[in-house]
Amino acid sequence: MIVAEQKPLDEIRGYLAPHKRILVLGCGTCVTVCLAGGERETAQLAAVLRLTNGGEIHESTIERQCDAEFFDDVKELAESCDAILSLACGVGVQMVARVFPDKPVYPALNTKFMGTNDGAGEWSENCLACGDCKLGIYGGVCPVTRCSKSLLNGPCGGSANGMCEVDPDHIECGWQLIYDRLKALGRLDVLDAIAEPRDWAKTHSGGPRRLSREDVAGL
Amino acid sequence: MTPRVVSAESQYKSGSGLEKVLTDGRFAVTAELGPPKSADLDAIAKKASLLEGWVDAVNITDNQTAIVRVASIAVGKLVLDMGLEPIIQITCRDRNRLAIQSDLLGAYLMGMRNCLCLTGDHQVFGNHPTAKYVFDLDSVQLIRMVRDMRDRKVFACGDEIRTGKKSEPKEPRMFIGAAANPFGDPFEMRVPRLKKKIAAGADFVQTQCIYDLDRFEAWMTQVREQGLHETCRILAGVTPLKSAGMARYMRDEVAGVSVPDSYVERMAAADDPKAEGIGICVEQIRRLREIEGIAGVHIMAIEWEQKVPEIVEKAGLKRDR
Repeated sequence: MIVAEQKPLDEIRGYLAPHKRILVLGCGTCVTVCLAGGERETAQLAAVLRLTNGGEIHESTIERQCDAEFFDDVKELAESCDAILSLACGVGVQMVARVFPDKPVYPALNTKFMGTNDGAGEWSENCLACGDCKLGIYGGVCPVTRCSKSLLNGPCGGSANGMCEVDPDHIECGWQLIYDRLKALGRLDVLDAIAEPRDWAKTHSGGPRRLSREDVAGL
Repeated sequence: MTPRVVSAESQYKSGSGLEKVLTDGRFAVTAELGPPKSADLDAIAKKASLLEGWVDAVNITDNQTAIVRVASIAVGKLVLDMGLEPIIQITCRDRNRLAIQSDLLGAYLMGMRNCLCLTGDHQVFGNHPTAKYVFDLDSVQLIRMVRDMRDRKVFACGDEIRTGKKSEPKEPRMFIGAAANPFGDPFEMRVPRLKKKIAAGADFVQTQCIYDLDRFEAWMTQVREQGLHETCRILAGVTPLKSAGMARYMRDEVAGVSVPDSYVERMAAADDPKAEGIGICVEQIRRLREIEGIAGVHIMAIEWEQKVPEIVEKAGLKRDR
């Protein structure tokens, strides 16, 4: 899922300062699961803003802000407001801007990464959406994401006791994980081949990516 | 200045002095020259004069520990003119494949013939921790790119390295170095990774600084079992300890460096820790020389270049010239 966290309140209040009637808009998908922008967090943020910001604060949470079709229920309320504060990821915030071209929209969250929930209050990044998945080679552990340098041909010298020198208290060495997995699977031999330089054109280096599929175009 | 010409028929890949020393089977001595953090020509000249005549070649680091310094190739040209043979260090952190290939063409034209291909320290350790890293290539891919430029006369994209369709290829011919870290984790991947670098085209390897000689010998045994020392010349890295504090720091804080407690204790007990550090370094070099498959020593006297002549002399490695 997409993992996000709320911005500092001062930054949010700075955005909202010029506006009187504000819609605080939550999202019911990823940011609900990661406890950053769902119905509960939206209610909490709206309550704080009512106490500290003044003005007229309305709140609502829709199922998905990244999809235009889910905005019907809040259209009237949104049109009546001066500005929208979105508790969605960056994708959702941009969809709000597209659906309401005349309304200022502000992000309440910083979108962090695509990752997993690793226990109470813990999340970690697992996928960079590089567009050219090689997990089948690396035993189901992504070197592009899990190695701090995205190395494809083995660990650098900065791995000690399973941890990465970039932050030895928090970041596991991706290459230790790859090694352990492939060893357990008896497939260390796959690391003998030299991995080719990546085709970064499949990433954002090739510009904002698009996907067109004729097979589903008529559905 | 006209670069030395290496014909295709030459027995040498690059014709560099270091390549000749290693090909002739002489025990090589290299050192490290860290460029200064400002446009300080005197600092470069001073370090170069300390090393001149004492080493076969000198590594010019590339923004080491991710701190901005004078460009490696620029300092390479300066020390070349001062009579030293540079080994240009190239990291994958700051430049993509376009920039590195372009720089290699320029370095070659200015007379540089050795390079050391590295991953590069992560920028969080340096003075621009908020910078964007590159890592377009990793060090293995970098080695192979430099090798293909030399041996296949092609760029990474496959295009031939020539000015026009009818021109002769004019490729940069480098003696290609790689780094090896015998002590990093996962330990079991260290020899396979070296093997990969050699398969990619490494002509020589300089190791991370060695203190734990027993562990290093165990690593070298694996290296010899695979015959890797026969296709690639291995230079053992050493760094003289300056103080007990430095010994502890290297032992406890630096990933991929293993310092036995006995050295920490010797440094702590010494009346003159600096002399003790030099003494330990000389002992290490003498022992490393005896290990089968070690083709030379790489002395990384960090901001202590003035001690390199003393170490070389005491280790009995004074250059002929």
